[in-house]
Amino acid sequence: MISIVDTILDSLSFINIDINMLLLVAIILPGLVLFVLMAINVMLAVYFERKVAAFMQDRLGPMEVGIFGYKGGKKFWGGIGQIFADTVKLLTKEDIMPAKADKLLMLISPFIIVTGALLTFIGIPFSKGLIVSDFNIGILYIIAMSSVGVIGVILAGWSSNNKWSLYGAMRSAAQIISYEIPIGLTLLLIVIVCGSLQVSEIVLWQSENRWFIFHSPFAFIAFFIYFISVVAETNRTPFDIPEAESELVAGWMTEFSGFKWSIFFMSEYANMLIVSIVASIVFLGGWLSPFKIIHLSFIPETWYLLDGFYWGIFWLMLKAIILIFVMMWFRWTFPRLRVDQLMYVCWKVFIPFSLANLFLITIWELIF
Amino acid sequence: MPNKIKDILSKKFKDAINFSEDQNCYFILDATKLENIATFLCNSKDLQYNYLMCLSAYDLGESTKFGIAYNLYSTHFKHYIEIRIEFEENCEIQSVSHIWKTANWHEREAFDLMGIEFKNHPDMKRILLPEDWEGHPLRKDYKTPEYYKGMPVPKDKSYWE
Amino acid sequence: MFKVIDKSIINTDEMVLNMGPQHPSTHGVLRLKIITDGEIVNKVEPIIGYLHRCFEKHCENLPYEQIVPFTDRCDYLASMHMSHAYSMTVEKLLDIKLPERVEYIRVIVSELQRIASHLIAVGAFGLDVGAITPFTWTLRDRERILDLFELLCGARLLYNYVWPGGVSHDLPVKFIERTYEFLDYFLPQIDEYNQLLTTNKIFIERSADVGVLPLDVGINFGVTGPSLRASGTNFDLRKDEPYSVYDKFDFNIPVGEGLMGSVGDCWDRYYVRVLEMKESVKIVRQALDSLPKGDVHEVLPKKIRPNKGEVYSRYESARGDVGFYIRSDGKNIPTRVKMRSPAYCNLSVLNEISSGWMISDIIAILGSLDIVLGEIDR
Repeated sequence: MISIVDTILDSLSFINIDINMLLLVAIILPGLVLFVLMAINVMLAVYFERKVAAFMQDRLGPMEVGIFGYKGGKKFWGGIGQIFADTVKLLTKEDIMPAKADKLLMLISPFIIVTGALLTFIGIPFSKGLIVSDFNIGILYIIAMSSVGVIGVILAGWSSNNKWSLYGAMRSAAQIISYEIPIGLTLLLIVIVCGSLQVSEIVLWQSENRWFIFHSPFAFIAFFIYFISVVAETNRTPFDIPEAESELVAGWMTEFSGFKWSIFFMSEYANMLIVSIVASIVFLGGWLSPFKIIHLSFIPETWYLLDGFYWGIFWLMLKAIILIFVMMWFRWTFPRLRVDQLMYVCWKVFIPFSLANLFLITIWELIF
Repeated sequence: MPNKIKDILSKKFKDAINFSEDQNCYFILDATKLENIATFLCNSKDLQYNYLMCLSAYDLGESTKFGIAYNLYSTHFKHYIEIRIEFEENCEIQSVSHIWKTANWHEREAFDLMGIEFKNHPDMKRILLPEDWEGHPLRKDYKTPEYYKGMPVPKDKSYWE
Repeated sequence: MFKVIDKSIINTDEMVLNMGPQHPSTHGVLRLKIITDGEIVNKVEPIIGYLHRCFEKHCENLPYEQIVPFTDRCDYLASMHMSHAYSMTVEKLLDIKLPERVEYIRVIVSELQRIASHLIAVGAFGLDVGAITPFTWTLRDRERILDLFELLCGARLLYNYVWPGGVSHDLPVKFIERTYEFLDYFLPQIDEYNQLLTTNKIFIERSADVGVLPLDVGINFGVTGPSLRASGTNFDLRKDEPYSVYDKFDFNIPVGEGLMGSVGDCWDRYYVRVLEMKESVKIVRQALDSLPKGDVHEVLPKKIRPNKGEVYSRYESARGDVGFYIRSDGKNIPTRVKMRSPAYCNLSVLNEISSGWMISDIIAILGSLDIVLGEIDR
């Protein structure tokens, strides 16, 4: 599959500069686009979350702020200007640092976390061919880069010079690294079936057979294990012990304010988007339309409606947004699990089930 | 039933306890017998007052006489008794917190607000007022202090009255 | 349950953690000094007194009728109960018999107040455990009760309604109709809360078997109210020593049975409150159906000047057993007023039932005991 970097290099090849300079441009441009994408994602996701939370709690959410006089009406889209108001507020807030906190570490830790998210975006496709770089170790790269964030979390908790932040950071680090194991094990299932770690190959396999979630009962279970594990990985309720509002104020993020806090925020929502897109690619068919759930060889290709490059973006984002909505739904419905119960679920429930799944799906593949 | 209680108590503690008709309560006349009486009331098979409802300290006003009222209830027999003890300022009162654990905080409050010190209390310190407060406010002869930590207490109340 | 690690094997230090007066989850200005060993708590020491407003000293300078607003502010989430308890004590001192209509109105208002207070207790417990949505729903329903109270006496939270000798105003024109509407609306809402919290697996994991309060420990510490009834006893002043007109109504006393864990755990304390709300709805309906006519100001004394004497009277409020001990000298100002608040004794049991649990559980236990700092500090 051709990736964006390759496309840019090809289109700029008429300029006779050294290949390295072209490469530099070809890398920086998608990087900037990705950063802008992350910023837009957090703006929209915050607004979406506030509205979803409000409607579930029998109230209306932001309704007053409008853009250029347009308030958005009385239905769901009221207060549409809140997007821009929140952004401006976060960027212009005063930056307070505690006196005895480690200033250098406090400056670095948000950037480590957001770097992890940005690096992961490099391997995430948005449609057929719309990927920054199509690694042939795609899935493995994504899982690996998601782990970079743990360092930032621990640094953030330690540098705040606050017992409660330290508690939160420790819990968060333990949680993230524990739940990476079920994630890796469940993503391994499709690698076994499809035979390749490359993302485009995975979706190609799904377009020729069926969506992976319907491949076998084990894949079905694996989807749920994966989804719950990513809810834990991104520190969302019911696994949001590190940010537990009623216990630790804001956990490891307590002492951060202003721009640094908005970077944390951005990385949390970017993580949510990443894992939702990965779930939809691996299990739900990626950029394939729902008419292509099962490949039936007697239907000619031209009969498939709503399929193509731009439709692909739409389907992928639709599936990702539905999964993000489900994550937000969880947040406002369930209470919080305690730390030891969280660890129990991971180590004694998910990992045995994932290992069993792995074993049984190889048997399924041999039989069918 | 009340007569039976009166009989039991007067038989066991002849002079130390006295029933007063008009106030419908028992007066302990001998402060040193307080612990014995309290243990008997809690543990005896006929009475079993296992629930200390309230422990109020009061100031009788006439120079330095204080009183403590114990309101007891039995959840088995569903009867109720009130016991009072009145004493001079420096009399030693036994703590009953090893019998009814609820008395722990009630006696701390009595010490804090009224200044009655209880012997053998596990944790005798102020509970409602700050640790460095001087004086015991609920006494009748309590005067509000002039200064608190260097800040003068305002005498001109025309701001808010 | 967790065991404290034997110190001879591993050298761990105890950490003193301060959950300070300003904290999102202590129900008011309460300071908890927690001594922990890692995540497991050895000892919890509550430090109170941040809201002490010298209620008892004020009472020694005020006439009896003017003390009623002060009693409201003691337990601000159940003000009707406080003023009702105080008025009952003064009436016992004065030896007045009240007209039937006054007693019925007081019962209606008290039970509505009980529902309102339990709604906050249930919602705040969910909030402590992490479920944010039920809190908004219970507050939404509590607003309806507060609207009824606003119709009745003009105030939403601190009413100054129940006076010694009667009530301040009679029921206004639309009150009965609106109360029936509210009761019809409210009963299915309890099933909604049950769906979200009571039978939720995560909620049960967080609260069942946590902070078990054995019955004899509870009685020894003076715990009363729903917190004690969850431990297996049906000790309720409304049935054991009926005051006012409670003996005319037919209602049950919910008792904790350990449905999801042991008897007396946090889930039981929470569920007893949910069931009590249903019973209160029953009582209000019966009271409204048989409301007698009369004049509410019939025996309202113009000047309260009781004879010399002392009286102790008890009342079942939303949190437990409120006691007022009043000594009178024959003047129109009491000599000593002592308020025995239920939350004061409920809080003192926190250290006993919370050693060996984790910090998250301390918050859950504190939430299930349902304390109000105004009542504790007075």
